Amino acid sequence: MPYTSILFYVLALIIVVSAIIVVFNKNVIHSAFSLFFTLFAVSGIYVLLKADFIAITQIMVYVGGILILLIFGVMLTTKITDVELKTKNLNVIPSILFSVGIITILIFVVFSTKWNLKQAVENEETVTQIGTLLLSTYLLPFEIASVLLLVALIGSAMFARRIKND
Amino acid sequence: MEIGLNHYLVLGAVLFGLGLFAMISRRNAILVLMGIELILNAANINLVAFSRYCGLGVNGQVVSIFVIILAVAEAAVALGIVLNLYNNFASVDIDEANTMKD
Repeated sequence: MPYTSILFYVLALIIVVSAIIVVFNKNVIHSAFSLFFTLFAVSGIYVLLKADFIAITQIMVYVGGILILLIFGVMLTTKITDVELKTKNLNVIPSILFSVGIITILIFVVFSTKWNLKQAVENEETVTQIGTLLLSTYLLPFEIASVLLLVALIGSAMFARRIKND
Repeated sequence: MEIGLNHYLVLGAVLFGLGLFAMISRRNAILVLMGIELILNAANINLVAFSRYCGLGVNGQVVSIFVIILAVAEAAVALGIVLNLYNNFASVDIDEANTMKD
């Protein structure tokens, strides 16, 4: 078995197990820290797929940004010293059945579809190609994304501000 | 056994299902957000895998960059909403937020 296969299975195991911990753990902080391992292992999957720029972006944006935001959210909205940190689930059995059904359908579709496989081009670096595509083919979505980020910045700053009553 | 496209797609499907379960079943608003992040990650894995195995060059990777940008914007705005929810209802349980004005 080649090393990349072993690496894939190890990373997939980390992703699935820590995602299960995220979903089923009663403690919100434990879920947040478990999400850390999921995001890191997904970044490793990107490296296996030879997408180095996406892997670094994943670490910088998800682990360095979104996860910190989520942990801030947990700490600002729950009393850490209290048992309030524990949360309850609702409709566990129906939602497990629904999710397993969706997963089964998706896996069935994956294996029954004839994908248009092509021999992958062994490109040495992706950063140059991504930069060229972003400023040529995908220029309009790129600019729209920058405007969207500005709108999200202003909007979330307005939302999070504590509004004084009268 | 050589790792192919199907392995990555199955991994993405499992991650999607787990995120879906978090969105349906958990009552804490922040855990619902974590479920959304899991689903977006599953979509990203699929995009990059298709980009690698279907001869698309780096087009799929560029699209996954846009997905990451949307995830950042969504997380920031949604956490602002969750903080407002906590200010108004003293809880982040989304079942308790069932009135439009208190």
